[in-house]
Amino acid sequence: MIGGDSAELSRGQTGRHTKARTLAGMLWEEHVVASLDSDTDLLAIDRLLLHERTGGVALKSLDEAGRQVLAPGQVFATMDHIVDTFPGRSDKTLMPTGTAFLTAMREGAHKHGITLFDLHDPRQGIVHVISPEQGIVLPGVTLVCPDSHTCTQGAFGALAWGIGSTEAEHALATMTLRADRPRDMRITIDGALGRGVTAKDLALHVIGHLGSGGAKGYIVEFAGSAVRSLDMEARMTLCNMATELAAFGAIIAPDGTTFAYLQGRPFAPVGDQWEAALADWQRLSSDEHAAFAIEHRFDAANVAPMISWGTSPQHAMPLNAMVPTAQSLQGSVGQADYDRALAYMGLSPQIPLLGMPIDAAFIGSCTNSRISDLRRAAAILDGQHVAPGIRAICVPGSTQVKAAAEAEGLDRIFRDAGFEWREAGCSMCFFAGGESFGAQQRVVSSTNRNFESRQGPGTRTHLASPETVAASAIAGRIADPRFREEASA
Amino acid sequence: MTPLVALEAKAVPLMRDNVDTDAIIPSREMKSVSKTGLADGLFAGWRYVAQGSRTPDPAFVLNDARFVDAQILISGANFGCGSSREHAVWALAEYGFRVVVAPSFSPIFRANCVRNGVAPISLPEEAVSQLAAAAERGETIALDLHAMTIRSGAACFTFAMEDEARTMLMEGLDAIELTLKRRTEIAAFREADKVKRPWVYLKK
Repeated sequence: MIGGDSAELSRGQTGRHTKARTLAGMLWEEHVVASLDSDTDLLAIDRLLLHERTGGVALKSLDEAGRQVLAPGQVFATMDHIVDTFPGRSDKTLMPTGTAFLTAMREGAHKHGITLFDLHDPRQGIVHVISPEQGIVLPGVTLVCPDSHTCTQGAFGALAWGIGSTEAEHALATMTLRADRPRDMRITIDGALGRGVTAKDLALHVIGHLGSGGAKGYIVEFAGSAVRSLDMEARMTLCNMATELAAFGAIIAPDGTTFAYLQGRPFAPVGDQWEAALADWQRLSSDEHAAFAIEHRFDAANVAPMISWGTSPQHAMPLNAMVPTAQSLQGSVGQADYDRALAYMGLSPQIPLLGMPIDAAFIGSCTNSRISDLRRAAAILDGQHVAPGIRAICVPGSTQVKAAAEAEGLDRIFRDAGFEWREAGCSMCFFAGGESFGAQQRVVSSTNRNFESRQGPGTRTHLASPETVAASAIAGRIADPRFREEASA
Repeated sequence: MTPLVALEAKAVPLMRDNVDTDAIIPSREMKSVSKTGLADGLFAGWRYVAQGSRTPDPAFVLNDARFVDAQILISGANFGCGSSREHAVWALAEYGFRVVVAPSFSPIFRANCVRNGVAPISLPEEAVSQLAAAAERGETIALDLHAMTIRSGAACFTFAMEDEARTMLMEGLDAIELTLKRRTEIAAFREADKVKRPWVYLKK
């Protein structure tokens, strides 16, 4: 921990049927089909999302066992993980064997009657971008997907968590999962974020303080005035990175902002059903006296624009700080891991990251690729050009986000600034064997993971907000987006 | 799934925190729509001298002749963090690991282990260090899931595991098969819930 302003208030088991319930506890109890033992319940699943990376293998395994999909209407699939993001893309992928994944997903979806947002479907995109966009995630539902960033969708007051392929197969066959009840943690963030400070910075701030295992075994409820004042897209960014705390999931109580976002979305209820749903959703909040096993508090005013310096999202620091020393990390990072991270990143202790030359800039991923992210980055790029030699890429999170951006002329701003303007998908958030950044290349990225070789063998990733990525692309060096705004004001 | 009740085997210490699933099985090594053919890709980024190469890097612990045939992997905190890819467990299992010992695991990885007959054993850091030291000395490590103990020489540590997970591992059960026995209960739940929350039950 780096001098945290959070406090652990109390520890202990929360009772299973105490009267005062947390939101997550309430949703859990309401979905219990059967109690299997003191820790494990058979839980009803309301929504299952698949993608081509793991969807095909789950359906194939289901077929081999001779099992059926119980409720195809509650299952949705998309192409995002492997599909190329180049204009004019097809089933042929840069990843050498990628086509087989696309084909298997498509054939499996057709065979079992699962709605698929295929390659040329206008609804296609990253699973955690399109599900909210289409109104597939709703307050109060249980939603699972074989993807660790499924916690993103807890932003809607849903119980949403990432699973493996076998669990996906289990959910396909039974619309249930055998799940261990997580404990409750609340992270309350009050106050107002400073100018130019975003939900991404807030997420990195929290992870930097609590560590990459800081919420292991917990479902994290984000609460407080700073969280309330975030729009839905910012709430998704915050919840997205809960998996980097090893959390089971994240959740935010739904409110007027949530309902306004969802109304009129294609798979959201309409008419009388909308009214009935809305009435039901009003009750979705933690009881006033609900007991959380752990509570942390943060003041939004203390959050700076952040950047990662190492190879874990917990290796995060304020943009204008110096790379920490091993001692200053107070044991939260072991000496060997610290040395390894610094060597991998080509950095030394106590040097500034601001001004560090970069090779590439990437805006995209389920963390930061929605229309508001692109608008904020475009505001910085408008009338500017990326520095010579910098490879800059923008990958909208969905085909709809791309279309909306084009309707507003944002694509022109990105292109004129020297950014590649791509089709929607996960793209270079991770290296799947196709496209990558080079070894030792330094990339400022709006993504969620700075693991070794995540974006390419030997690639050095610095996580930051889309604004910081944009400002850094222009400068050709790690740059503070706030100074650029001032200079041009 | 092959049941796992007790196992005495060599162990290999990979003492790093936050070993992520991208490191366990790089995305580029997940080449086919299959749960198999993954063992060669296990830890590929660390195990071979270069990307795409299959020449072992002698500096990586898995390539140390002392640890050939190890069936137990010992590692640092937050093991299996990152991507939910079950391929990480499939690759470990195919390579020959039946047990992973670490101070803590990512929750998704841990669940994936149980579904694939790999025992995820959480122990305090001090205990993990002692076992790693024993592994370094070439001593075998013995797991007893029934007694919930893991021992090396005179040292014996107890661990906790949910009954459900332990039963699954010890009996090699298929979770889907077990749950399908509750078909009637599930159908009844869905019928009753449909009245309360009709908007959840989308029809295709």
